[in-house]
Amino acid sequence: MRTAFIESLCELAAEDERVWLLSGDLGYSVLERFIQKFPDRFVNVGVAEQNMMGIAAGLAMSGNIVFTYSIANFPVMRCLEQIRNDICYHNLNVKIVAVGGGLAYGPAGYTHHALEDLAVMRAMPGMIVLAPGDPVEARLATRAIAEHEGPCYLRLGKAGEPVVHYTQPQFRIGEAISLRDGRDVTLISTGGMLKRSLDAADALAARGFEARVLSMHTVKPLDVKALAEAANATRLLAVIEEHGEVGGLADAVARCLAERAIKCAFTAFTISAERDLVGSQSYLLERAGLSTEKIAARIEEMLAKLG
Amino acid sequence: MSVEDVKELARTIRAHTLRMVHKAKASHVGTCLSMADLLAALYGRILKVNPLAPHWPERDRFILSKGHGAAIVYAALAERGFFPKEWLETYCEDGSHLCGHIMHSGVPGVEASTGSLGHGLSIGCGMALAGKRAHEETRVFVMLSDGELDEGSVWEAALFAPHHHLDNLTVIVDYNKIQSFGSVQNVLGLEPLADKWRAFGWAVREINGHDYDEIIDALSHLPFERDKPTAIIAHTIKGKGVSFMEGELAWHYKSPNDEQLAEALNGLGEDV
Repeated sequence: MRTAFIESLCELAAEDERVWLLSGDLGYSVLERFIQKFPDRFVNVGVAEQNMMGIAAGLAMSGNIVFTYSIANFPVMRCLEQIRNDICYHNLNVKIVAVGGGLAYGPAGYTHHALEDLAVMRAMPGMIVLAPGDPVEARLATRAIAEHEGPCYLRLGKAGEPVVHYTQPQFRIGEAISLRDGRDVTLISTGGMLKRSLDAADALAARGFEARVLSMHTVKPLDVKALAEAANATRLLAVIEEHGEVGGLADAVARCLAERAIKCAFTAFTISAERDLVGSQSYLLERAGLSTEKIAARIEEMLAKLG
Repeated sequence: MSVEDVKELARTIRAHTLRMVHKAKASHVGTCLSMADLLAALYGRILKVNPLAPHWPERDRFILSKGHGAAIVYAALAERGFFPKEWLETYCEDGSHLCGHIMHSGVPGVEASTGSLGHGLSIGCGMALAGKRAHEETRVFVMLSDGELDEGSVWEAALFAPHHHLDNLTVIVDYNKIQSFGSVQNVLGLEPLADKWRAFGWAVREINGHDYDEIIDALSHLPFERDKPTAIIAHTIKGKGVSFMEGELAWHYKSPNDEQLAEALNGLGEDV
């Protein structure tokens, strides 16, 4: 996803000289192509996220569209007050990009696991929150946030995520992309869980259940229409997200359903962090119950109970 | 504006501030008064700003990083004609434009909203960098408090500005030696303060922040050194201009009552 992001950003920078990129001293082997083409619009601010966000605000106040780049929680939590006061209070054109959302940095350990970022960014006033599902969506999301007036958060995976979309989907902020139709359950995926959700849908099909799959690449604002349609068309809604239990897509969906009195069974696959567990992304996901097999099994069980 | 007029502006904005915090029963009068002379020089003589075109792209930018000193900046902006002086009477009132920590929204002339300390210098670095890269003449001024220098983010920005040769950026430290809960020396010492900024790569001058000749001379010779950002350490007195407030921690919090307001205004030579 990070390659798709930087390629898209280079295109944008060539089209619009207001596009800047700041890095918190990360991006080795990713950002070089931008730096070579647009050296006057790149700054490595050093290992200083608070300063990076303040500088981004100052650049944006001077009329620029500023992307900030870092990994995991670093561009979210260390500098949260700068995001709130300097960027959101002033409603500035700053686009915060975090590579390695969720458990992507697996064995690097808990300090590098971004499991609260969606919750924290959702809480920021005026912030658009995106977590594209594959490199194709990542490319389109980069363009979409550049064109959006105001602060945005873009959560990306790392590198090597499978391409899910073989044709270019219609991508609009706040509009889920439907990948598969079905009448039993809707799997609502955000971020890098998309391929896993499609695989779970396959596993469910082998057991005789039809699963819809939605890529909810925009966590905020939520696509209420797509949720209402899914609740109407299927018996169960299941949110699948590589995020902690509190404040992510699952909470947003649950609130949406409750506020509108939309009656539908609901479940969520989220991460209960075992903070001292060491292992790869797929190992940690499996332990948290987010392997394809565990997702399919739990949904089968729920559908059986629902009758 | 002549030096005499700058003095008169300082007196006027001090008086506005006293009336504002009295009416609003608001805090932070001491921190406003300590930078009154610096602000009068900036808004009266130094800053290239245009009240008729507050967003004029080539204007100088002033950021109050010590956002709790909002009242006296509002007073200076009103005196310069950015908005009607009547607004000052609404300071901190329900539905007012003017809140206790400086806000940009709906207030012409305010570049950035602040209030939590340690934010302004980074924003200033961003503005100065934008100006440099666009080859504009814009200058950026950031007013910091001394207590604010406890914040690590200030020093992130202090590293950044010299590295990028931001000689269009000037920091003024309102060094009144009293922070929120005690003297700077007792809470978290800053000395040797000028040497710290020098070591970070800034061109530094220490001035008496109440001496108009020193203030104007420093602010008229920017940058002090080509390719270096400027740091002016302004030695000031908290509550300066009101004898019973000078050097008193309590006036970080207290609001003058009717008698104290009368006494303070009297001391400034104002009609009560």
